Amino acid sequence: MKLFIVLVSGILFGLGLSYGQMIDPNKVINFLDITGTWDPSLAFVMGGALVVNIVAFHFTSKRKRPLIAGETFRKPSKQDIDKPLLIGAALFGIGWGIAGYCPGPMFASVSFAGSSVWLIIVAYSVGTLVTKLVIKYINNQKIKTDIA
Amino acid sequence: MTIVNFTPYAALFGGALIGSAAAILYLFKGRIAGISGIFGGILLPDKTDLSWRVVFIAGIIIGGFIWNLITGEGKNITAAVEPLWIIIAGLIVGVGTTLGSGCTSGHGICGISRFSPRSIFATLTFMATGFISVFIIRHLLG
Repeated sequence: MKLFIVLVSGILFGLGLSYGQMIDPNKVINFLDITGTWDPSLAFVMGGALVVNIVAFHFTSKRKRPLIAGETFRKPSKQDIDKPLLIGAALFGIGWGIAGYCPGPMFASVSFAGSSVWLIIVAYSVGTLVTKLVIKYINNQKIKTDIA
Repeated sequence: MTIVNFTPYAALFGGALIGSAAAILYLFKGRIAGISGIFGGILLPDKTDLSWRVVFIAGIIIGGFIWNLITGEGKNITAAVEPLWIIIAGLIVGVGTTLGSGCTSGHGICGISRFSPRSIFATLTFMATGFISVFIIRHLLG
């Protein structure tokens, strides 16, 4: 039952990305091409998602616990705008503009969009895993030097 | 500037579905629907935290599958660039979303809905570099 709700949420997410045509990388790149052939649709997808989510979050945040028993609300705890956030977001935007893919649409279109989607999922996974391992290594080194 | 292929109603409705999905995940499970964070937790998993992540990503795949089953429009989706650029873009998106703790969904939708300064800053940043990236590729190089 717990996982069923998660599955429903994932399916709605995938349907929304597909119906909003965010699974079309050419459409995404056209959104980013303000000075050329501009397609404002992506802003409307974000707008639609934000309206629903702002209202929902307003009410959900009054609760002490989520509806599934034993779960807690896990909001990101970091507050400060630091260098990794700036560099990471800047890099993500560059990659997003090159191929027109952010992570969600990769998964939503993997069942029908052919080999290029598999290729980008593999590359994206490698980039993610290597970065996670490097961050983990650096944090471990920090702990070691702190103890020493 | 020429406006092309603008689909405001499909975009708003698709967006509302995405927003509902994020709202459901947070209300029931207390988790943020950030795809890069959820998927990253599968690649380098914690002991107790794996199953819901796999189920959520599977849900997204199924959602796209159902859409293609109903509309048959999936065959019209084509890559925008050559395979080499796809690989480069994928690597950069992986590094960037991991270092920056989020992507379009986690920062752009969930984070802004919570009025998180980090997410607002991140979203403005990746939008800006996205615009610059496309401007360079399409108008300076292309």
